[in-house]
Amino acid sequence: MTTTLLDVISWAFLLIGGASVIIGTLGILRLPDVYTRMHAASITDTLGAGMIVAGLAIQGGFSLVSAKLFLIFVFLLFTSPVSTHALAKAALTAGVTPAGTDRKSGKGAEAP
Amino acid sequence: MFGAVAAALLVAMGMAIIRALKGPTVFDRILSVNTFGTKTVLLIAVIGFLQKRPDFLDIALVYALINFITTIAVLKFFEFSHLGTPIGEEEAEDL
Repeated sequence: MTTTLLDVISWAFLLIGGASVIIGTLGILRLPDVYTRMHAASITDTLGAGMIVAGLAIQGGFSLVSAKLFLIFVFLLFTSPVSTHALAKAALTAGVTPAGTDRKSGKGAEAP
Repeated sequence: MFGAVAAALLVAMGMAIIRALKGPTVFDRILSVNTFGTKTVLLIAVIGFLQKRPDFLDIALVYALINFITTIAVLKFFEFSHLGTPIGEEEAEDL
């Protein structure tokens, strides 16, 4: 009985992971400018990867496979913020202005 | 079930490619290639489970490493327009 329970749990994790990957990528497609797209991209890196790795680790059981999966997830967890920060810094120095703000005066778009 | 997740990842990769082609600024392209790389890591892991090949996870880990280094290198190039000057060129500004 426990194997079917574990399978159901891992399928749930995998489905949530797949759904969040698609949601994150949909955010990349639809959001107005680079900075908001970076925000959407991080959903796939953290939640999507986390859920898929958790689902696979449950399938893999308590073994070397799950250890490798955990290492992959820890590495993704550490490096995706670094790369997003580097991307934001590069975009800012290159003068990409966030949508809705007036770069010259630096004011945000005041609420009407 | 792994097939469903692999299909979801492939759809997400297609969308990332669309953003890469459409992206107005170069940073959109770098961002979409970066997420494409992350999805490739997940796809390799899922296919490794699909084919009962546990050694695919090592490939996925190495791919994640390479994807990260590539993103940082490309960003450094686009920010400073060079990847670093050989030692001894005094006039190069410090990074």
